[in-house]
Amino acid sequence: MDRRELLRAIAALTGCAFVGEQRAEALVYVHTDGWSTYLDDNIALLDEIAETILPRTDTPGAKDARVGAFIARYSSACYAPADLTILREGIADLDVHSRKAYGMGFVNCTSAQKQKLLTDIDAEAKRHAREAADNRGQSPHWFTLCKQLTLMSFFTSEAGATHVARYRPVPGAYKGVVAYKGETFWAW
Amino acid sequence: METHYDAIVIGSGISGGWAAKELCDRGLKTLVLERGRDVQHIKDYPTMSLRRWDMDLRGENPRSTSEANPLISRAAGYDATTKHFFIKDEDHPYVQEKPFLWVRGYQVGGKSLIWGRACARWSPMDFDAPKRLGYGIPWPIGYDDVAPWYGHVEKFIGVCGSKEGIATMPDGEYLPAYELNTVEQHLQKVLKEKFGRHYISGRWAHITDAQEIHRQQGRATCQNRNLCMRGCPFGGYFSSNASTLPWAQKTGNLTVRPFSVAHSIIYDDATQQASGVKVIDANTHEELVFKAKVVFVNASALNSTLVLLNSTSKRFPNGLGNDHGVLGKYVGFHNYRAGMSAEIEGFEDSYYEVYKPAENIIPNFRNVQKQDADFLGGYVIFSGASRRLIDDNDAHGETIGAKYKQAISKPGKWTAYMYMQGETLPNASNHVRLSPDKKDPWGIPQLVISVGYDDNAERMVRDFLSEGRKMLEAAGFTNVSANDNHWPPGLDIHEMGGARMGADPKTSMLNAHNQVHLCKNVFVTDGACMTSTGSQSPSILYMALTARAANYAADQLKKHGRIV
Repeated sequence: MDRRELLRAIAALTGCAFVGEQRAEALVYVHTDGWSTYLDDNIALLDEIAETILPRTDTPGAKDARVGAFIARYSSACYAPADLTILREGIADLDVHSRKAYGMGFVNCTSAQKQKLLTDIDAEAKRHAREAADNRGQSPHWFTLCKQLTLMSFFTSEAGATHVARYRPVPGAYKGVVAYKGETFWAW
Repeated sequence: METHYDAIVIGSGISGGWAAKELCDRGLKTLVLERGRDVQHIKDYPTMSLRRWDMDLRGENPRSTSEANPLISRAAGYDATTKHFFIKDEDHPYVQEKPFLWVRGYQVGGKSLIWGRACARWSPMDFDAPKRLGYGIPWPIGYDDVAPWYGHVEKFIGVCGSKEGIATMPDGEYLPAYELNTVEQHLQKVLKEKFGRHYISGRWAHITDAQEIHRQQGRATCQNRNLCMRGCPFGGYFSSNASTLPWAQKTGNLTVRPFSVAHSIIYDDATQQASGVKVIDANTHEELVFKAKVVFVNASALNSTLVLLNSTSKRFPNGLGNDHGVLGKYVGFHNYRAGMSAEIEGFEDSYYEVYKPAENIIPNFRNVQKQDADFLGGYVIFSGASRRLIDDNDAHGETIGAKYKQAISKPGKWTAYMYMQGETLPNASNHVRLSPDKKDPWGIPQLVISVGYDDNAERMVRDFLSEGRKMLEAAGFTNVSANDNHWPPGLDIHEMGGARMGADPKTSMLNAHNQVHLCKNVFVTDGACMTSTGSQSPSILYMALTARAANYAADQLKKHGRIV
């Protein structure tokens, strides 16, 4: 696996090129006042979204991997201002949306409610990605950004790489053919 | 410091390191001039053992880095774990007359720290091609001249590969090859049966089974961490830093001077040879002169050409040995424009363990003996197969949640990729020259680069796109996704030519021993010397030509006390 393989896989899964430094040329549109720390102030919400995508089961989940903090850190360091704005506005909208549907913020919803909200939004994001693929230059959907960073962060975290995927820092000999019996993939 | 040496080598990268090793082994007091900082093996590999989660952005660069370095940040392998082995754009300006991304690594070891490590030999047909098919000028040497030096280099650096008896890709002195996985074996079988083509494990500068010669260098068997470009704590892949430079150091004959920007080679009218090299100290900007009986120019293809162009004198007002204006012309590169990937059903009971720092290769099958395509030259194809990561095929429509997590954590469908590495033709219009007005921070003229694709390259891209698809589909692959990336030359990091070899001094810069025709004690043995580009990865040829030339120079000095 080369360093781009995970990002390519995430792109294939979300129908949208992995958003980050390669979109550095995207248009500049900067919110100020309150927005600059918005994600840092909402890590609990980001964690809750990520945990709904990748929950703790018999193996660690997104919260164990501190995905929320990573999303805030990565997006502010790597995203073009326009993409960062999409992500912040989307996160804020989710809470509005959840209050409308269930009368409470996303964090306080039941697991089933969270699952329903995000499953619907994921379908909407996938539709958006298909349309965007035909219309180059269109901005990505906020949930696509969120899901990309959740997947990337999780499988490159210690919890995700070593307790969910399998990780060997110094593998030694390479074997071209081994029998596969349902194990998880090799992290890197 | 001492100002007189037997030999000066400009550059410490893959060929400069080899010049240093051979010259020092032959007892010559050798000065290596390196324009960048020192990088000591292991000690100066700050990221070599970092895990992804040790890094704030998991090894990705912040946007500020790519914004500050729009050119170099596009280089293969450039990320937060490797960027200290690449230049910064603002420090080293050049002029792109046509789009050209010039990838440079200015430090001791040069780009040998961050190279791709492919080490196939050229075949006799590759050397003969320009003469046989009528393009460029003939090489002044053939396969037999280089073969023993290939072997010499292979044994020392450690190259893995299988013995195949393929005429278009001769066997060398190889360590055990990387195994093909199940789907790669399937491709191998189909290509053989349906196309009569070879699909084999590539030849890479990795020690797959350390021998005594490698242990003497302090290097061990490759552990397949697959983090090569950060620098390897095991010395598992070849770099000047891990191998040739410390070896040369042990002879007691080597002096390395970092922060030494080569300004020009000094020509002496009395001897009609070079007397030494003028250097600008990169930090103090002080001018220094070092003298030697022989000068090896190994600054990388375009920088070696730049040094020669800037080496003007009464005798050579247009650059050293450049009476004819050939210097700077016929710059070639490798065409990597097109690639494709596809997926295949089945083989789900098979996986691999863990990752290999290597790929497979399909040797050139075009224009091998006679012209059989609508373009000149040939191409090789690199390829590999793997199982998809985070594949949601088995998630049964779930897009989030526990079942989704479980499904995407398992290896998915098998996929394979192919990408081309194609020969480009030596066109006079593809050239570099000195800027008449723009200077770099050391007062040296900036290089103007005017290199682009021609129609031949376009036709070759189309042929690969068609042949690659045919081969994948014949093997049962579907959803072939092919792409012409249209990237500018330079990103291939295989620039070649500028001071080409040739038998005729009227049309070439260098003779059959890489000596400047008109200034015999100057040898150019890096990519600048290439008469044609061939289709194989060129680094090991530079190493072989360097070892050959260095021993020739040492023989001459021993016999005559000077180069004649």
